[in-house]
Amino acid sequence: MPHDHHDDHPHSLLPSDPALRVKALETILTRKGLVDPAALDAIIDAYENRIGPKNGADVVARAWTDEGFRAALLEDASATVRELGYYGRQGEHVVAVENTPAQHNMVVCTLCSCYPWPLLGIPPAWYKSDAYRARAVREPRRVLAEFGVFLPDETAVRVWDSTAEMRYLVIPMRPEGTEGMDRAALAALVTRNSMIGTGLARAPS
Amino acid sequence: MTRPEPAFAEPWHAQVFALTVHLNETGRLPWTDWADRFGATLARHGLARDLDGGDDYFTAWLETLEAVLAETGAADPKEAMQVKQAWETAYLATPHGQPVHLKD
Repeated sequence: MPHDHHDDHPHSLLPSDPALRVKALETILTRKGLVDPAALDAIIDAYENRIGPKNGADVVARAWTDEGFRAALLEDASATVRELGYYGRQGEHVVAVENTPAQHNMVVCTLCSCYPWPLLGIPPAWYKSDAYRARAVREPRRVLAEFGVFLPDETAVRVWDSTAEMRYLVIPMRPEGTEGMDRAALAALVTRNSMIGTGLARAPS
Repeated sequence: MTRPEPAFAEPWHAQVFALTVHLNETGRLPWTDWADRFGATLARHGLARDLDGGDDYFTAWLETLEAVLAETGAADPKEAMQVKQAWETAYLATPHGQPVHLKD
C-alpha cells in the first residue's frame, strides 16, 4: 500500500490533551523545585525495565525450593522479600498467600488498584478495570473461568481485597513434574497471573 | 515465552505515574491519602460507564493529581492551564524533528 498521508509535518506532532496537562504539572513543579526531572526518569526506567513479575517469580521459586524461606515468607513476607532487595513503593506491607488443593487465592483491589509493585511491577489493565474489580469478589469462579482457570469443586476460592496498607502475593502451587528443576527454571514457570491468582503456574514443557 | 506487555501503554501514563510516585517519595503525598482520593475519582467515573483500566484509568489518575496539587497550592489550576497552553504553542511553533522547548 502506498504511503499516502503526507509525512512532512510543518511542526512537531502535538501531544494529546492529557499528555500536555501532565507536562504542565511537571513544568510547574520543576520550576518550584518540588520535582527533579532526573528522578522522574529514574522511576520510569525502574518500572519499565527492572521491576516486574520476574521479581515475584524469583520469590515463588525460592518458596518452592527452600522450606525455611517458605516459612519465613508466610510468616512475614514484607521483611523476607525486603532481604532480597524487593522493596519500595507499594511494597511495604506484603502478605504471601499460598495456594493449596483446598484453597485457591485470588487478589483484587476493589478501591483502586493497589498491587505489590516491587514484586509484580505495574498492574495490567484488566486488574484496574471496573469489570474485574467489581466481579472478582462477586463471582470469582466465573472470572477465573474467563482466565482459563477451572478449579475442582473441593477447592475453595478466597478473594483478598488489597488496600493501600496491605497487598498480596499469591504463591501458586508447584506444578507436577518439576522435581529436580533448579530455581531459575522453576521461576520461568511462574506467570504474573499465577501470582495474582488469575492463573496457575505453567507446566514444564 | 510470550513477550511481556509494556509497563505503560502511553508515555504520559508513565510521566503522571512517575510524578505521583516522586511526590510520594519526597514526602509530599502520603500514599494512603492518594489511594483514597484516586479510589474516589475512579468510583465517580465508574458510575457513568465501565472503566477499561487503560487510558480511562490514567485519565482519572491525572484528574486526581491535578485536584490534589490545586488544593495544596503546589500547582494552581489557572497556572496549569497557562503552562499547558504555552507547551501547545511551543509544539506548534517547533519544526518537526526539533526538540520542543518552552520560551523563557
